[in-house]
Order: sequence, then structure tokens, then C-alpha cells
Amino acid sequence: MSIVTVQLGQCGNQIGHEVFSALCSDIRGTHGLCSKKENESYHDSCKERFFCEEESGVPVARAVLVDMEPKVISQTLSTAARSGHWKYNRHSHFCQKQGSGNNWASGYSVHGPRHKEAIMNLVQKEAEKCDRLGGFFTMMSMAGGTGSGLGAFVTQCLRDAFPTSFILNHVIWPYGTGEVIVQNYNSVLTLSHLYQSSDALLVHENDVIHKICAQLMNIKQISFRDVNQVIAHQLGSVFQPTHTAGEGSGYSRNPLGDLMETLVPHPEFKLLGLRNIPQMPENSLPYSTFSWPGLIKHLRQMLIANAKMEEGIDWQVRPPPPGSSIPSTNKPLHFNTSIANLVILRGKDVHGVDLGSFQDPSLYTSWLNPQDAFSAWKTPRAFNKYEKSASLVSNSQFLLKPLDSIVGKAWNMFASKAYLHQYTKFGIQEEDFLDCFTTLEQVISSYTNL
Amino acid sequence: MTQSVVVQVGQCGNQVGCRFWDLALREHAAVNKKGIYDEALSSFFRNVDTRSGGNGPDIYKGKIRSLKARALLIDMEEGVVNEILQGPLRDVFDSKQLITDVSGSGNNWAVGHKIYGCQYRENLVEKLRKTAEHCDCLQCFFIIHSMGGGTGSGLGTFVLNLLEEEFPEVYRFVTSVYPSGEDDVITSPYNSVLAMKELNEHADCVLPIENESLFEIVNKINQMINSGKLGSTVKQNSLVTSSAGSAKTLQEKPFDAMNNIVANLLLNLTSSARFEGSLNMDLNEISMNLVPFPRLHYLVSSLTPLYTLADVNVPSRRLDQMFSDAFSRDHQLIQADPKHSLYLACALLVRGNVQVSDLRRNIERLKPSLHFVSWNQEGWKTGLCSVPPVGHSHSLLALANSTCVKPTFIELKDRFMKLYKKKAHLHHYLQIDGMEQSCFSEAISSLSDLIEEYNDLDATKGGPRIDPSRLKIAV
Repeated sequence: MSIVTVQLGQCGNQIGHEVFSALCSDIRGTHGLCSKKENESYHDSCKERFFCEEESGVPVARAVLVDMEPKVISQTLSTAARSGHWKYNRHSHFCQKQGSGNNWASGYSVHGPRHKEAIMNLVQKEAEKCDRLGGFFTMMSMAGGTGSGLGAFVTQCLRDAFPTSFILNHVIWPYGTGEVIVQNYNSVLTLSHLYQSSDALLVHENDVIHKICAQLMNIKQISFRDVNQVIAHQLGSVFQPTHTAGEGSGYSRNPLGDLMETLVPHPEFKLLGLRNIPQMPENSLPYSTFSWPGLIKHLRQMLIANAKMEEGIDWQVRPPPPGSSIPSTNKPLHFNTSIANLVILRGKDVHGVDLGSFQDPSLYTSWLNPQDAFSAWKTPRAFNKYEKSASLVSNSQFLLKPLDSIVGKAWNMFASKAYLHQYTKFGIQEEDFLDCFTTLEQVISSYTNL
Repeated sequence: MTQSVVVQVGQCGNQVGCRFWDLALREHAAVNKKGIYDEALSSFFRNVDTRSGGNGPDIYKGKIRSLKARALLIDMEEGVVNEILQGPLRDVFDSKQLITDVSGSGNNWAVGHKIYGCQYRENLVEKLRKTAEHCDCLQCFFIIHSMGGGTGSGLGTFVLNLLEEEFPEVYRFVTSVYPSGEDDVITSPYNSVLAMKELNEHADCVLPIENESLFEIVNKINQMINSGKLGSTVKQNSLVTSSAGSAKTLQEKPFDAMNNIVANLLLNLTSSARFEGSLNMDLNEISMNLVPFPRLHYLVSSLTPLYTLADVNVPSRRLDQMFSDAFSRDHQLIQADPKHSLYLACALLVRGNVQVSDLRRNIERLKPSLHFVSWNQEGWKTGLCSVPPVGHSHSLLALANSTCVKPTFIELKDRFMKLYKKKAHLHHYLQIDGMEQSCFSEAISSLSDLIEEYNDLDATKGGPRIDPSRLKIAV
């Protein structure tokens, strides 16, 4: 089954490019560490999911690139083509001249309706090229104007046009100390709208990835490219083919569907966080060895203690004692309660790994059976030169604090009415803002009371 | 890619404008090695084939034939414009882009605004329409003028009004040179305050500049060069005051060096819209992020570094120094001290080989020493453009919406009141058709209101921070 990617705005397009690059370089590599047959199967599955064939033999990404100004798209297209290993379809992009000016209202109320037909036509064309459409993967940031505003509009259109398809939104949360002054407004508007039309939101926070680059990857002068490459690695570790139904079964034919099924049992809870270990500079890889028990132990503690990366994990945090039903206010501080978790393992000796520690009922809320709340996908095929790689996609309180912080700052600004005239001139009124705040306070409340 | 049109009005406006085109050509020549007319060039220049007398259609692709500035040169006396047309830039403009007269405005805002405004209205509209038609997607008008005289101040603000009426969707960024205390034009306070009212009501963004600050910066640079304190030699073409082509330290005309600074300001402001980068910052984003309330649209700017040393190695310390300098009092283009005022918003546009981690590190470092308004504690707008300015490996433009503009306005009001109380020189204005006493009282009232708004904001500074309580949700 194939996934159609929609890259929106500067961020969406820059990251999208790195993702396809990472996927392509992974399947081209000879580091699979598995049988030839397995490798070929992996190769074919990935190709079918993300690329389509052209006469020239160069794989063409199944993607639509959208931006309201031309510079980023033209750069993305040319950089991809220059690689020689993959490229974008040169017709699958839509751009304008003016940009959205970091204005959500401009992206949503002006550009959206104006360009709906053209953009949806491109999406339709890509969807038709798929033998079986597995769903849509949209990539955007929520701080700016295009990715956020136009992204929210396009997601709505996708939902209307493809009511039975899965839609997964990859959303970048901006640095806490600003990249854009109105980023909190744009974020609140985006998240509340996406919550209505999307199936799930997979989140990456710039602050977190930046720390990973600084502390784990040892990069001195971190550029956005470095940040994007880490994100691409993490996304690749989730979306490359895996066996979802145990050893011996083929690679999953419905990756997005499987993801939604395991992780989003209730429409009120759609925020997914992602952790991937180990993470290190490429030249350190040959000198490092890992054991699965070690990796699993770290990953579990990262989940429980809400650690953003492998360094600095708080080992004091423990799950509440079993048996008692404790109201969430009495649960140990800093303990991260989960609704559902998915662990994805790639690499050597993967099938013997014991994941019982993740099935501990005390990790989860009481409303799902722990067997249903936890899933594991495995593949012996190693990913991106890591001999062993473990990823955790979690629907838990991971994003509660960051969300609360964004809503708090936005509310603070809203109370002073600053910048509102910039939104009202494009049709987003104060009542619209209030609705969005209400929606998100509801989400915060739901996650808090797990 | 979008286009911008520069409207230069009056002597000051045209002299600064002339420097701007000079430096813009130099910048593009340094970047555009192949001589192909590209999108970056098209933001400020048209490409025409002059063999057909400049009447042929614009050439959108291919080799550069003849570049024409997207500009309108307006002056009510001929001296300055004629000089431009006889100088090295004569081929960049053509006669259809000029509006001139002979007698000047006599340093009288009313003459510029009411008399010439009326007289040239149709001509202006026609020429503006023509320039706009040559643009595929016109995003912004840049007006360059001074506030103290008659033409730049009066006719300049008339044009501002006109632009709002005829092109309401296009942004209006105004670069205004404010008169200094020792200005030799006695009526400059009147002209400035009358113009301020227009700026308050019709401009999207104003970048105020004071001659005193420019002068101090030029002096500082000259001192540095002449004192020989610097270990290595200064790269001549990297001076924020230098011109294209020649590498002269001695400026032939005293205002050239100062005007180059303003020209560089405009180049840096538009750099991220013209060139690529990892975090683009377009002109509409500047307006969106830096103007929280419609009337508070005055942005204090600073440019660093003022020069680079020939030593190409750039340790982070030097990079960090660039950020520190951007917030120091002596790098601001008006007499202001941002560190002791209240920031509503701040934008940092970095050019060259600077990455997001450098930006983050410096923001974290500088934040504690700056006071931000309570509802925008972390309000920074940042942009990263990969192409550095000529002669530099990196540079920074800081734009601040801050209460540090207040002293400039208060002084202006004081100077105005000194004259107005005595009714000095008023008759020169009131005798003009369309001018009444109420024009003056409305103008000073508009300025007073603006000062009050800044005062109110300052009053919140340092006070206890009480965050408004959040919405409560029924569980």
C-alpha cells in the first residue's frame, strides 16, 4: 500500500526532502544485516510505499509539494534531482509568489480556498498512481503561515475528499523562545483545526531535536539541515517496512492503518510523541555495541520519566504500585501515563527480544487491556547503518507540558489583544480564537486526567 | 518571488535612493556571476532591451540586457535628480520614472503636500500604475524621504496617502530621516509633525533614522581606520559606508557615507525575500510579527558589523560580538537606548554563514538584559539568509518595536510647541489653500496620542506580572 506525502510550507518541504533522502539511502545501503531475500522484500515494500517507478529507473517520490512562495520548492526539487538516486515528479508542486507572511489566517482563509482546486488536483493525481492508497502523510510546521494555516485547510480538504483514508499529520513544534512572534497563535489555531480532521498528529519539537544534535550527535554549529536529518532518521525508523504480525509474516501492507489502530483508540487523544534510540554521530557507529535488553530498559524509562533523549534520564521515576486504582492527582510526580504504545525494533536478533516490561499495566490508564494498549513491530533488517535501532511511538502525556505552555503563552498574548488586527483582517475573529482555545483546553484536561 | 518599488521623494530621499541603487547593483553583481536575469534581480530591477528605445516588453528570462530600477524619482527642484541622471547610474533610470519641477517647496510641508500634491496627482497615479504594471506580483512600496523639509515631507506623505488609496493591498514601508536638534531648517518641527500624522495613519511600517546617529557611526568608523588600532587592515568594500566600485576611504560628498548606511539597511531588510536561506523572512512577515497594534509601527533598526577585518577567520566570539553590538546604543540608527526601554517585539535577520544554533545561543545570552512586554516575553522573529552582503561573511539586521523611540517623538513635540506657542512662521503655512489651524492641532494631537500609548506601555515595565487566568473546562 502506498502513502502520499504532502509537504507544506518551508519547513514541510525541507524536512520532506530529508525524509525521502533518508529512506532512499537506507534501501540502497548494503548494511541490511539480514538475508538477501529479506533485504529484497524490504526494498520492494519501501519502494511501493513511498516511490513510483519511471522509465529512467530513478524512483520518483509519491509527494505533492506546496508552498506560497517559490524559493524553497525550487531548491528542494533541484537538490533531489541532483542526488541522482531519487527525485520528485516535476509537475507535482504548487507555489505562489507572495508567501503567507506568518499569518495563519492568510494561509487558511485566503490561500486555502483560492488554491484548493489546484492543490487537490495534484493530490488526486498522486493518489491515482497508487495501486492501493494507504493514506496521507502531511508535513508542516505550526509556527508559520503556510504550513500551519494552509496545512490545516488542506487537511480538511483531504478529509472531505477521501473520507475513508487515513491522514497522519507530522507537525513541527517551534523553539520555545521564538522563531516567529505570533507562533503561539498560529500553533493554537493549527492544532485545534487539525484535531477535527486528522487521524493523528505525530509531533517533533525543535528544542528537543536541537538538544539531540548538540549532546548526542556532537554537532558544533547546528544548522536546520542537521535538525531535519535527525527528524528524517526518526521518521524513517517508524515508516520503513516492518512485520506487524509476527515472524514469518510479510511486511505490513497498511502501515498508517496499523499505526492508527494500535495508538488512537479514542478521538480525544491524538497526540503522538516519538523517541528513537540509539542516536549518535555516524563515525561513532562502528565503535559502539548495544544490547537489546539495555536499549529496551532505556526506552522504557524514557517513556515513564518523559525523557526527551537518551541522556539525562531520570531513573528515580517509577510507575505507581500495581493493584490500586489511584486518581491521577495522587500518582507519582513526573510519571508519564500512557494510553497506548508502539515499539518498533530493527536489526540483529530482533525476534528474541523480551518486551514484557512494556506490558506492565501500571504504565497505562485503566480503560484498555494492557495487551491491547501495547504493540510491537519488528524486522531483522537493520535501518540506516544502526545495527540495532528501537523506536517508541507513544500516545501518552509526552506532549502535555509543551501543549500547556503554548496555550498559556497564546492566551497571555490574546488577553492583551496584541496582533489580533492582523488576523481579523483576513476573517479570523476573536470568537474563532476562543473556540480554538476551548478545544485545546479540553485536550489538555483530557490528557491531564489520565 | 515578489517585486518592490522604491519611491524616492525630495533631496534627501533621492540622495539616499541613489546610494541604494548603487549598492543593490553591486550586491547583485557579486552574487550573479552568470549574467542571467533571475528572480532575485527581478525584485528590484526590470530587464529591458534598450535597442527598441526602452519601449519593448520586459524580458523575463535569459541574459541581462539592460537593467532598469523599479523606482520613481520625485523632486520639486531639478538639481539632485539631474545630478543622478548625469552620474554613473544614468542608465538605470529613464525619463518616464521622473517627476520634477523647478521651484522647490521652500521647506514648507503645505506647499509639498497641498499644492504640488494636487498639481501632480494625476501624473503620480499614472506613473505609479505603469511601474506596478511592470510587476508580476508587487508586494511592497518603499518610500524614502526626510521629515524636516518640504518636498520629501509634504509631497512624500501625499504619495503615501495616494498609495493607500490606489494600491491598498501593497505594503508601504517608509524610511524617514528625522531632523536633528541643530537642523538648520527652522520650520523642520512643523514639517515633521505634520508628516508624522500621515505616517501614523497611512504607513504599514516606518523605519525612523536620525542624522545624528548616522554621523556618529561614520565618525566611529573613520576613527577606527585612522587610528591604526586594528591589527589587520579593514576590508574597504565591507564598510557599511562604502560605495560600489571604488575603494576610497575619503568620501567626496559628506552625506554619501551616511546615506550608504541607510541604503544597506534597505538591502538587508529585503535580502531574505530575494535570496535563499534555511529560514526565510519575507516583508509581509516583518509587518505581521513586528506590529502588534496598528499604530505602533515604528521600528528602530541597527546594522552590524560596521566593517570586517581582512582576517577571514570568524571565531564564534566575533559572531557573538555582532549580536551584542546590535543591541548597543551606538549601533542604533536613531538616538535610542534599547536596553533600558521596553520591547514589544524584536526581529533578527542574519545573513551569511550563521546557523540556527548560533542564533539560539545569542538569543539566550542577550534575553536577560532586555525588557520585554509581559504578553510577549519570548517574542523574537528570526530569519536566516545564506547570502552575505558584499565584503562580509555574515551580518545582522535587528529591528525593534520598542518604547525607545519615545524620546525622539517627545523632543519633536517639544520643538514643535516652542514654535507653535509663538505662532512663529505659521502664516507661511496658513496662507496655502487647504491649510487651516486645525491641521496643526490635529497633527500635534496625533503625535501626543502616540506618545501616550508608548507611555502606557512603559508604565507596565518592571511591574508585577499577573498572567490572565486560563479558560476553565468542565470535566
